[in-house]
Amino acid sequence: MTASIKMKTRDLDFYYGDFLALKKISISFVANQVTALIGPSGCGKSTYIRCLNRMNDLIPGVKVEGEIALDECDIYSQEMEVIELRRRVGMVFQKPNPFPKSIYENVAYAPRIHGLARKGSEMDELVEGSLQKAGLWDEVGYRLTHPATSLSGGQQQRLCIARALAMEPEVLLMDEPASALDPIATQKIEELIHELKNRLTIIIVTHNMQQAARVSDSTAFFYMGELVEIDGTDKIFTRPEKKQTEEYITGRFG
Amino acid sequence: MNNTEASQPSKRLQKRYKAEKRFKRYCITALLLAISFLVVFFFSLISKGASAFRQAEILTEIAFHEQSRQMPLAAVNEDLRHLVSRGWLRKVPMMLKENPKLMDTVQTYWVVADAEVDQYLKGKPNKLRPRQKKVIERLKDEGRVKLNFNVYFFLNGDSKMPEIAGIKSALVGTIYVLFLTLIFCFPVGVMTAVYLEEFAPDNRFTQAIEVNINNLAAIPSILYGLLGLAIFINTFHVPRSSALAGGLTLGLMTLPVIIISTRTAIRAVPDSIREAALGVGASRWQMVLHHVLPLSFPGILTGTIIGLAQAMGETAPLLIVGMMAFIPDVPGSLTQAATVLPAQIYTWSSSSLRPFEARTAAAILVLLVVLLLMNALAVFLRQKFQRKW
Ligand SMILES: Nc1ncnc2c1ncn2[C@@H]1O[C@H](COP(=O)(O)OP(=O)(O)OP(=O)(O)O)[C@@H](O)[C@H]1O
Ligand SMILES: [Mg+2]
Repeated sequence: MTASIKMKTRDLDFYYGDFLALKKISISFVANQVTALIGPSGCGKSTYIRCLNRMNDLIPGVKVEGEIALDECDIYSQEMEVIELRRRVGMVFQKPNPFPKSIYENVAYAPRIHGLARKGSEMDELVEGSLQKAGLWDEVGYRLTHPATSLSGGQQQRLCIARALAMEPEVLLMDEPASALDPIATQKIEELIHELKNRLTIIIVTHNMQQAARVSDSTAFFYMGELVEIDGTDKIFTRPEKKQTEEYITGRFG
Repeated sequence: MNNTEASQPSKRLQKRYKAEKRFKRYCITALLLAISFLVVFFFSLISKGASAFRQAEILTEIAFHEQSRQMPLAAVNEDLRHLVSRGWLRKVPMMLKENPKLMDTVQTYWVVADAEVDQYLKGKPNKLRPRQKKVIERLKDEGRVKLNFNVYFFLNGDSKMPEIAGIKSALVGTIYVLFLTLIFCFPVGVMTAVYLEEFAPDNRFTQAIEVNINNLAAIPSILYGLLGLAIFINTFHVPRSSALAGGLTLGLMTLPVIIISTRTAIRAVPDSIREAALGVGASRWQMVLHHVLPLSFPGILTGTIIGLAQAMGETAPLLIVGMMAFIPDVPGSLTQAATVLPAQIYTWSSSSLRPFEARTAAAILVLLVVLLLMNALAVFLRQKFQRKW
């Protein structure tokens, strides 16, 4: 089986005003694989994954150069509506950000605006399915009308995952999804990533080396806006090519 | 330097405590002063206005006949002719018209007394002659004259005769004007604020607009009156003195208030919510409509109510568009001449007739009560919908 490329960037430069935050980043994300992005704080990981669904466009004064493609189609081209792009490339943010509405509403929102399911039983099923995929159904299934903000942080984060899954994305971007969670919630999310891999391509930013080692197939190491090294996770964690990578992974960095 | 500080710590500390105490005393004095002003204000208003809520009425026979239809004064006994309100008696022909069966009968009514009688009963200076006073005393003994709750104050429009002058036409005018102000400036204000906050690029042009909107909220209200006169009356030929002219003019004035409060409310919605909405593929418009506006709605509402309350108490711009008129009848439409409560208060306060003094204070009390209710509603809404995220 030849690995097909779901998403890729080529020579991606990104500027916040005059500040060059990303320098010539070229990565190809293999379909149905998990890619972990690691690197010290401020190296541009968030900036990079936010490029992939054009979330950075919202910040005034930014500039993107180079190529970003989803299924070989430039995401800035005419054929790619940004709304459709964001449906196909879902995102889970570092800080859980559920809508201050009911749990049900949170999950049903995206399918409704994209017309993915009709109101009523079809939508109910989609909501249940998404919550189940996110491993949250058992905890909230009986109180779907409760406000999402009443959930715990870990539950909120899984709700955000369910919300992203409900629009049936092809790629899922996760920006440190477990950074605010306890080990059990973290474990749940990692298990979830394993299951989701069959269906979608996952790109995850993490500061936790063990987590990267556990969940990802390949790992990319960023430093100061540059891609230092990308390779299979096993290789990166056992025999990295670059000294910088090794130092960072072993904690001798700085 | 540290050494000197350490060597005399108690002295320095004492000095600081003293300064603190002094400052506290100043603040408390200022607070007491402000409170005492308020107390005096309310006390004088209530003591002046309370009497207007009661009105002298005389129990007397009204004779309905051809002569009293022609000349209502003939309907009452001669000795009472100048003690009952001529304004009330004017209703006699109308009553006959409505109910012809009354013709050639004699009915007993509590008839509104003349303002002088009212003043006399309330122990205020009056122009009653000794003989008339005697008649009143006799009626009093018979229980035929007393101070009743003054329903006419709320059921009548303005009048030259103080005893039958009421605030109804002004109240209705105020409602019309506020309604127009609301439907004019709420949509425009909210849309403007949404555009500026969520869509507008951050450039010189929008910055200039922002600065100007903030300035607009601070310009003297009378200028809005001139603007309203020039635009609505002279250019668009909106009828002068009408609720429409007043409402639109006050709308101009309230617009910046609503824009500013809406922008504040919108800005209070955290960006994480916007990112969440856009992140699931909502368009900007959907993000605003489904998430930002519902979340900022309580704030918008509060700002709107406060803006309207401000508009309600406004007099100067309305003076310019001619709403300071004498309006005895409730305006039947938005284009008819109308007046508003503050204008009514102004008209009465400048009247030379003494009995209007109490009515002025009473009208102010009504205005204040309505304003307080509106502000209470704003506070209530803010508390009720306050949410955390
Ligand atoms: N909105 C912005 N405007 C200007 N500069 C920004 C902005 N956001 C991020 N940066 C800068 O871009 C660089 C990369 O930031 P980014 O958030 O991508 O880092 P990160 O790798 O995600 O860090 P962390 O691990 O702490 O989340 C940083 O130097 C940061 O200061
Ligand atoms: Mg980050």
